Amino acid sequence: MDEGWRARMDRMGSVPILEIRKLKVKKGAVTILNVPSFQIEEGEILSLIGPNGSGKTTLLQTLFFLLNPFQGEVFFRGKKVGLDYPVLDYRRKLALVFQEPLLFDTSVFNNVASGLKIRGIKREEIERRVEENLKRFGIEHLRDRFSKTLSGGEAQRVSLARAFAIQPDLLLLDEPFASLDPPTRESLIEDFASILQQTRTTVILATHDRLEALRLSHRLAVIKDGEILQTGPPEEVVNRPIDEWVASFVGTETILKGRVIRKEGGTFLVSVEGHEIEVVGEAMLGERVILCIRPETVTLSISTAKETTSARNLFIGRIEGIQPMGFYQKVQLYCGFPLVAYVTRPSMENLSLKVGKEVWASFKATSIHVIRQKEREKPIE
Amino acid sequence: MRTQLCGLFIFLFLFGGALEGSTGSRSLLLATTTSTQDSGLLDVLIPIFEKKTGYFVKTIAVGSGQAIAMGKKGEVDVLLVHAPAAEERLMEEGYGVHRRRVMHNDYGIVGPFEDPAKIKGMKLATEAFKKIAFVRALFLSRGDHSGTHLKEREIWRATGINPEGEKWYQQTGLGMGQTLSITHEKRGYALSDRATYLALRKNLRLTLLVEGDPFLLNIYHVIEVNPAKWPKVNAKGARAFADFLVSKEVQDLIKTFGVDQFGSPLFFPDAKKKEEEFGK
Amino acid sequence: MDLILEGTKKAFWLLFSFDPEVLNILLLSLRVSATATLISLLIGITGGVAIALYRFRGRAVVVSLINTGMGLPPVVVGLFVTIFLWRNGPLGFLGILYTPMAIIIAQAVIATPIVMGITLAAIQHLPEKLRLQILALGATRTQMVWILIKEAKLPLLAAVMAGFGGVISEVGASMMVGGNIKGYTRVLTTATVMETSRGNFDMAIALGIILLLFAYFINLILTQIQQREGLR
Repeated sequence: MDEGWRARMDRMGSVPILEIRKLKVKKGAVTILNVPSFQIEEGEILSLIGPNGSGKTTLLQTLFFLLNPFQGEVFFRGKKVGLDYPVLDYRRKLALVFQEPLLFDTSVFNNVASGLKIRGIKREEIERRVEENLKRFGIEHLRDRFSKTLSGGEAQRVSLARAFAIQPDLLLLDEPFASLDPPTRESLIEDFASILQQTRTTVILATHDRLEALRLSHRLAVIKDGEILQTGPPEEVVNRPIDEWVASFVGTETILKGRVIRKEGGTFLVSVEGHEIEVVGEAMLGERVILCIRPETVTLSISTAKETTSARNLFIGRIEGIQPMGFYQKVQLYCGFPLVAYVTRPSMENLSLKVGKEVWASFKATSIHVIRQKEREKPIE
Repeated sequence: MRTQLCGLFIFLFLFGGALEGSTGSRSLLLATTTSTQDSGLLDVLIPIFEKKTGYFVKTIAVGSGQAIAMGKKGEVDVLLVHAPAAEERLMEEGYGVHRRRVMHNDYGIVGPFEDPAKIKGMKLATEAFKKIAFVRALFLSRGDHSGTHLKEREIWRATGINPEGEKWYQQTGLGMGQTLSITHEKRGYALSDRATYLALRKNLRLTLLVEGDPFLLNIYHVIEVNPAKWPKVNAKGARAFADFLVSKEVQDLIKTFGVDQFGSPLFFPDAKKKEEEFGK
Repeated sequence: MDLILEGTKKAFWLLFSFDPEVLNILLLSLRVSATATLISLLIGITGGVAIALYRFRGRAVVVSLINTGMGLPPVVVGLFVTIFLWRNGPLGFLGILYTPMAIIIAQAVIATPIVMGITLAAIQHLPEKLRLQILALGATRTQMVWILIKEAKLPLLAAVMAGFGGVISEVGASMMVGGNIKGYTRVLTTATVMETSRGNFDMAIALGIILLLFAYFINLILTQIQQREGLR
């Protein structure tokens, strides 16, 4: 561990490491990126999630000043890049890792050293840093191998080692694990997560895989069509999505529209397709709302014994579909309105669930997330 | 680092050497014909001239037509050619000055030993050509508008026969040496200058069948390109070279050139002769 | 057939006896073609890289011109260079027609489009994002270009060999702009043509074999470099 580097990091003040103002990128007449304001703090791991084509790559490349021209300002540690801070110096404080390893046709050692050679760092220092990072990513044994002979996972490790060898103040990653097969990805993400913890690097990770994002990050930013819709800690974004698009993107399987029909201190009743759902929270009578129910929060049972559950929302429904999803099964029900539950395998077997069967579904009033009119721009129809 | 230095040195050596480019007023551009150059005479004369005067002579050997064209454009300083009709036109148009006779050699009709057209020993070239046409014997022409080719055409014109398009008349478009080679291969007849024939004789099974007809004379003139038309020509150098060619010393050299090697001289010096006198 | 045998024998005899005239011709050929190739590399590689990396108006036209240039008939190049360089032409004041310099110029004109075209294709063949990755590693534009050239080493060395091969074997332009002047602008190819037209076939073959021999050796060295870098 490079103590000098850590000490340097600790000495930095509380100015956000990166600040973006009024950033706009146009392609022809179309605006493909529009970020009025954004900040990243030192040591933060931010995941930028969004579907393909949402602007993640555009944002990352723009932050690197690789996509010119653009409107707006970027401040690095409070200094405006391009004005008070020369672009080249700024770039040399950052590192960018792509989805493809993009290695050079030479040995692994030379690849990892390339960023350092570009900066004119002395040979002994290069040796030291390269060895450090080869070890860090578990690829010392590949030191003298030629990049063309590496497997996908090995190559990506080299690409990451190359980025870390630079000791960047800010590390940007554009879907770095997307083209790896699952076991390789798993192992690499594991190692990467612990390395991030050790080095306390500031990271912006762009991905379309929300699970990856949830696993690695301090903060999530959801981007769609070039605009950042929501940002916050993962639980916040996942459990309290700002609108139904974000909700569905972050994995809320059940999204229902209804109207508030009754209010009682602290809770209210929402009518959805004629059924009444109890929700904890604040809303106005008659208001149109959107309810988000995460599938992990739905419990299924066969008996109707009301004592077995403290959930106020209990509905009987018929299983319309069952989809395997790795560790659990996704069960699609219809109980007067569509409802999705995640059920573990053992439970599936216990309840002997199959398509067509009738079951009882329940969920707590507290685990429903309400999207109200004021939080979104478009009116709820 | 070291390889880069190495590369630099190699580069300088290469580039430096090749930079001996323009040579300015000490260089003289001489246009002559391929057969003249091939005879080797210039290889003897030019070094003598260069040593004597310090000029650097660049000899461009092309066909007569091209040589005269280059003179007309002022791209060369002096011509040594043997195409009388074209030369006269050049003089009339004012592009050449001081046209002086230097030497002559002659042409001969060569052919296979068997001599199917039976022209051996004939005195007149025109009669020999008529005979060849009559038996339709294979005849190879240079067909390249060189001095030799033009002379050959002149003879055909005099016979009144037009061989163009006839199956037995083939045009090679090549130099004298090559044409003779082909003539030897195909066992045909050809018109050749004495010099080239003598030089290649030992490799070719071709005999000199007809010679001595005055019609077969090939006269070389030296012409200086007119500086009035082309101020950039090296007029002094051209004059020096022309004077050199007609000087007694060189004329004597010409008389003996080739005797050791071929048994007879290749050229006959003419500088002192009058118009009527030439022939022997 | 025995002509070829005769020619081969003569070739080795001329070389090992250090026949001065032949050595002169050989050295001149090598010097002239090497210089021309070097010039074509300088212009060709920089031009090829620039066009490969940057979008500009009329780029498609330029690329088509380069591709056409790759197939330029050398004789036509010779003709045009002659017209420029002769006394009354625009560059006549330089007085370099019928000098080795003229041959170098003509050969450089022939080789440059070849080198440029291959370089262009080689750089375009590199992964598109590689350029961005290199910049993202903090490279200046110069550093980026240098790294890209190193990445395309294999095809670029092929370009060198194509350029050199094209000019060492060229005869039409060399004859026209050089004049085949003995001891001054006579190169292997023009000497071969001259000997052939004189009917000295064994000499012509000998010169031809010498040319092939040396061209082979040079390409052997270049190929070694190319394959060594590529395969490792």
